Amino acid sequence: MGGISIILVILVAFLAGMEGILDEFQFHQPLVACTLIGIVTGHPTEGIILGGSLQMIALGWANVGAAVAPDAALASVASAIIMVKGLGDGSADVTTAISTSIALAVPLSVAGLFLTMLCRTIAIPMVHFMDAAAEKGNFRGVEIWQLLAIGLQGIRIAIPAAMLCMIPAEAVTTMLNAMPAWLSGGMAVGGGMVAAVGYAMVINMMATAEVWPFFVLGFVLACIGDLTLIALGAIGIALALIYIGLKDLAKQGGGSGGGSGDPLGDILNDY
Amino acid sequence: MAEEIKLTQQDRMAVCWRHQFLQGSWNYERMQNGGWCYAMIPAIKRLYSTKEEQAAALKRHLEFYNTHPYVSAPIIGVTLALEEERANGAPVEDTAIQGVKVGMMGPLAGVGDPVFWFTVRPILGALGASMAMGGSIIGPILFFVLWNIIRMAFLWYTQEFGYKVGSEIAKDLSGGLLGKVTEIASILGMFIIGALVQRWVSITFTPVVSTVAQSEGAYIDWSALPAGTEGIKSAFELYASLGAAGLNVDKVTTLQDNLNQLIPGLAAVLLTLLCCRLLKKNISPIAIILALFAVGIVGRLLGFM
Repeated sequence: MGGISIILVILVAFLAGMEGILDEFQFHQPLVACTLIGIVTGHPTEGIILGGSLQMIALGWANVGAAVAPDAALASVASAIIMVKGLGDGSADVTTAISTSIALAVPLSVAGLFLTMLCRTIAIPMVHFMDAAAEKGNFRGVEIWQLLAIGLQGIRIAIPAAMLCMIPAEAVTTMLNAMPAWLSGGMAVGGGMVAAVGYAMVINMMATAEVWPFFVLGFVLACIGDLTLIALGAIGIALALIYIGLKDLAKQGGGSGGGSGDPLGDILNDY
Repeated sequence: MAEEIKLTQQDRMAVCWRHQFLQGSWNYERMQNGGWCYAMIPAIKRLYSTKEEQAAALKRHLEFYNTHPYVSAPIIGVTLALEEERANGAPVEDTAIQGVKVGMMGPLAGVGDPVFWFTVRPILGALGASMAMGGSIIGPILFFVLWNIIRMAFLWYTQEFGYKVGSEIAKDLSGGLLGKVTEIASILGMFIIGALVQRWVSITFTPVVSTVAQSEGAYIDWSALPAGTEGIKSAFELYASLGAAGLNVDKVTTLQDNLNQLIPGLAAVLLTLLCCRLLKKNISPIAIILALFAVGIVGRLLGFM
């Protein structure tokens, strides 16, 4: 990788690292991070494809409260760099490079998780410095420590990325070419199944007995190949609004029906 | 009469901008407190002029704070309103401000997490990813642009809403609109996840279940076709009526074909439900993912996947 590429990769890694904690612009999401790394290293299409595949796996990775999810930032950035190395001089097979990178992304997300927990611990003394600045009404002090903390999260990813850039491309390409067909094929098969875990995480967060029927509907309707994802989204929103609307009506109906709650019985009784 | 101190729109926009760095100094002790204080600084500068008041304001905004980073916007809006009242002489206690923050951060996080992390982001992510997997850059661009438009609009408008409504907001919080939004998000989310499971979890079982020689007329007899372009034409006509099964004399049925007869994607949904079960038993998602890769490799080795 040329010098400029390496600098840009480190920049993207820094952005991804910051966003890994900030969670605002989503520079750490595979779709964005892998695409950017692909673009700055001259492999845009492969970067985009890797980003898309990883994004499917990472759909359910979200920090809820104090619980920390697997780290998308390191997973995206590191696996993209490795993939680029693997594609290097063009001698390695693109599909193998991509599916190997996907497989590597998972342990990388664990490494990233560990690193973010480290940063969140180092942030404690930083906040104590902020306290000291606040005592004196020192705005600059508070601001500087906040920015330093954000910077720390950035280098959390930038340093591993820089280290990865130093690995000679030949080493990665040789390794990829040396992989037997059953291993690379098997990893591609595994990669196709892995998204299920991400979806399962989301389902566990959201599922109540009441909303399971909608899961079934979504699943069955998706069998109709002609329905695009947007079409399915439209159906989903329509169903949700109709259902909520009906629930409201039922509540109101129950309120005004009053007494026995049996409208037919009431009408008959009136006679 | 002393002139009323008011936060200008510029002040509020500065707060909104800084609020995007809320989680920057996330720490295990007081969580988002640093970022919150950082965001409040433009307001504190405008409202308080003595060093003592400023220091006091900084300190009270370094208290424990943790909620979903986007639904934090109405909370900061309300806080701005309360601080403004206090700066103008209203008897707003420190405990009242902290109480409003704490009172709002729980319920709102209960809305922010499912709506943003488990509905909007997976949906936009899946949309972008499905385009990206075909190599199109529209995928990532769509995700990035749509997400940030929604996010920034939400941050600004809910902050302004919180600021205008002020402390009255506490009454709107219980049930009502927030509950409905969460419900709609859950329904939509489950629906889309169902669709994604069908479309994007791929399990294919390759073993051949049966190879049956088809009866005459059900397949194209290649040796009996006329030569040249006439042969090609009749081959296409036969294909149009017989379908793919007509290409070979033997009809090969794989295990996957049988499963697809029941419902396409059956194995995918069963796998997903299994993962739900395992996750509920506190098995780490990383372990499950690695196990799936192992299964894939074994499956390829043994020839059943």
